[in-house]
Amino acid sequence: MRSSGSPRADRRRTAIRTAAAALSLATAAVLAGCASADTSTDSSSSSGTEFKPAAQKDGSKITVWADSTRLPSVQAYQKSHPDVPMEIVTYDGGADGSTYLQTKVQLFDRTGSGWPDVVFGSPTDMTWASEPTKPGAQPFAAPLDDKLVPKSTLDGFAKGSLAPCQFNGHTYCVRNDIAQVVLWYNKSLMDKWGYEVPATWEQYEALGKRIAKEHPGYLVGSVGDTNSHESYFWSGQCPAFELVKPDTLRSDLKDEKCVRMATLLDGLISAKAVTTKGFFSQGFAKDSGGKVAMAYGPSWYGQYLFKSAFKTPAKQIAVAPPLTWEGETTAATGNVGGGVWMVSSHSANLKASTDLATWLTTSDENQASAPTYPAYTKAARAWLANPVNSDYFANDVSEPFQKAADQVWTGWSNTRFSDATAWSSVVLPALTSGKSLVATLPAWQEEISNQAKAEGYQVTGE
Amino acid sequence: MTLLETERVAVSALRRGALPRRRGPGLAGYLFVAGYAVLLLAFGVFPTGYSFYLALTNDQGRFTGLNQFVKVAQDYRFVPAFTHMLVYLVMWLVVLVVLVVLVAVVLRSRVRPGTSALFRFLYYIPGALAGVASVLVWLFMLDPDVSPVSWLLNSMGMHSFAAVLAPGNLPLILMLIAFWTGAGGWMVVMYGALNNIPDEVLEAARMDGAGPWRTAWHIQIPMIRQWIVYMTIMAFATGTQLFVEPQLLQTASLGRVSPTWSPNQLAYVYAFQQGDFNGSAAISVFLLALGLIAAGLLVARSNLFTLDEK
Repeated sequence: MRSSGSPRADRRRTAIRTAAAALSLATAAVLAGCASADTSTDSSSSSGTEFKPAAQKDGSKITVWADSTRLPSVQAYQKSHPDVPMEIVTYDGGADGSTYLQTKVQLFDRTGSGWPDVVFGSPTDMTWASEPTKPGAQPFAAPLDDKLVPKSTLDGFAKGSLAPCQFNGHTYCVRNDIAQVVLWYNKSLMDKWGYEVPATWEQYEALGKRIAKEHPGYLVGSVGDTNSHESYFWSGQCPAFELVKPDTLRSDLKDEKCVRMATLLDGLISAKAVTTKGFFSQGFAKDSGGKVAMAYGPSWYGQYLFKSAFKTPAKQIAVAPPLTWEGETTAATGNVGGGVWMVSSHSANLKASTDLATWLTTSDENQASAPTYPAYTKAARAWLANPVNSDYFANDVSEPFQKAADQVWTGWSNTRFSDATAWSSVVLPALTSGKSLVATLPAWQEEISNQAKAEGYQVTGE
Repeated sequence: MTLLETERVAVSALRRGALPRRRGPGLAGYLFVAGYAVLLLAFGVFPTGYSFYLALTNDQGRFTGLNQFVKVAQDYRFVPAFTHMLVYLVMWLVVLVVLVVLVAVVLRSRVRPGTSALFRFLYYIPGALAGVASVLVWLFMLDPDVSPVSWLLNSMGMHSFAAVLAPGNLPLILMLIAFWTGAGGWMVVMYGALNNIPDEVLEAARMDGAGPWRTAWHIQIPMIRQWIVYMTIMAFATGTQLFVEPQLLQTASLGRVSPTWSPNQLAYVYAFQQGDFNGSAAISVFLLALGLIAAGLLVARSNLFTLDEK
């Protein structure tokens, strides 16, 4: 049946050869002198384009997208402002590196309609929301300093807390809350065991190893969550995500500061004082929630980790200021999340939208009882004065919280890609399989640099 | 050579106009296919054409030739994504073909009809679940904290969900999910195909002294070969479109699975995170080409579309 000499097979082979020749000729022709395949969005600067608001319609309905945590705040506004027509939509709010909002805005930009008016998002969202998603598009976020929010209001936010909102000399969002990293500890356990609360990383390491030895099973931290690197490496001033210029990222995990943090954690992991399971992973609260003696993490750990997830009884958990390294005077800490509110540049009711965003972030009425630590300094004082926010803790949280809020290290930038992807898809699986952090640093670095290049950054420090 | 000869005869007969002309098909036939044809054009052919247009231009609509393809092929995620998919495909196709045919043959000739019907029904049940639901079932199965088979996972040294989802395990896990949802339906189809084999043929084989396995290998399987090829083509096509399963695992594992594990996910990231619909289209054209080449090879090697001469 498959006799090679048959005339039909011969004819077919000639045809194939001709087709191949034609194709390669066409390919060569096509490859020579064609337009570039690169997207033109990142190169075209948006600084020159002026913000042109959409046609305004007083009293028109505004659509608000909020995460479930901030939903009650928006509902409270609606209740106290019944004359403002609003539609409230719940979405994931950009948690865990979700790109839902970005996906939707990309599509709205293509169809030319559908944008929500006011949106709760993560600081990472601002990197794309302040730029056009395609040529000719208007950046999604409206520049709030452009006749929308008075300068005096913007000046009232905690030092550096609006940095993620600022691009090209404009402020594209208002910060809802900051998530400054502090040292959490179980005061009842520490008192019972007679340990002193550490003030330096060296003391933290020594105490961690001691606890693991004297009280096996008890933990002083976790590196297994999607954001653990922000607690430890951001606090450790590791230059992993440092934008030296708007399009140049410095990522140098060989830096002494990264290695020293990785070494410290490796020691604690092998001593079983720090777990590679995430605090928020399935089953952790049930199995080990009561065995957390210390944790290094953001200001929302109190309500969301210890109170809601671990169900630790009140008056046990206490807060200490961020740790320092011996011989270093300036303390630095990390930041894990902390949301922002942005107003759509396409909104037909900028007045109502801006008023809502301002009320949500700055009013004592809302922020005093907000679930997380307010970025607006005056509101933060009201928040700390509210017994609901401090009653649960075993010590006075005001001082460590306020101190840490001004110590967030500014060398860790927000980039167009989430800093969580490389950590959770490369580093965490390696730790789970038993590799050390120090040995995983090169792979982490490579993934960050690959991701950055794919997003159009120049990468230095490799 | 038999095939070639029959073809030549048929062609010459046609030329001579010796065949009686069939009556024209009439309007009704066109009306019947019109509904499907319109939908196919709108949702199948047009999007394919549009993605070719996108893949050959840049975001300003200028012609770029093959530059988009070169660009995505040089992306650092491109080779890993296609490797993951190919490893998964090979595992899945081999397991699917071997097990489905084996089970169908056993159910057809080694099991009493009542039992056979019961088993076919049981195998089919998971296939009745939609893709997302079946992944959710597996999320529970694979998490040692809640899994009903946690002893099995623990005995394999996997004590946490994170350990189960180690990068090396993913093709196997996705293969299990795909097999669990897809194989039952194909077993029913193969069983039906085996039913089409005339009893006389099987009886003749038995009289010639062929045992059940010999009959299966030399009579039954060759006679359902076209069905097996058809299944392989369909499974290959669905396999290259792998998206929901790794995407859900990525979310459920809080990001421990790469968001660009499969080529389809990479295309998704291109379109909806990088805003590069052109690059995304180029990746989907790669997938289309891969599917067409594989289908073409299988069709050509198996005479799938050759009608039986009766």
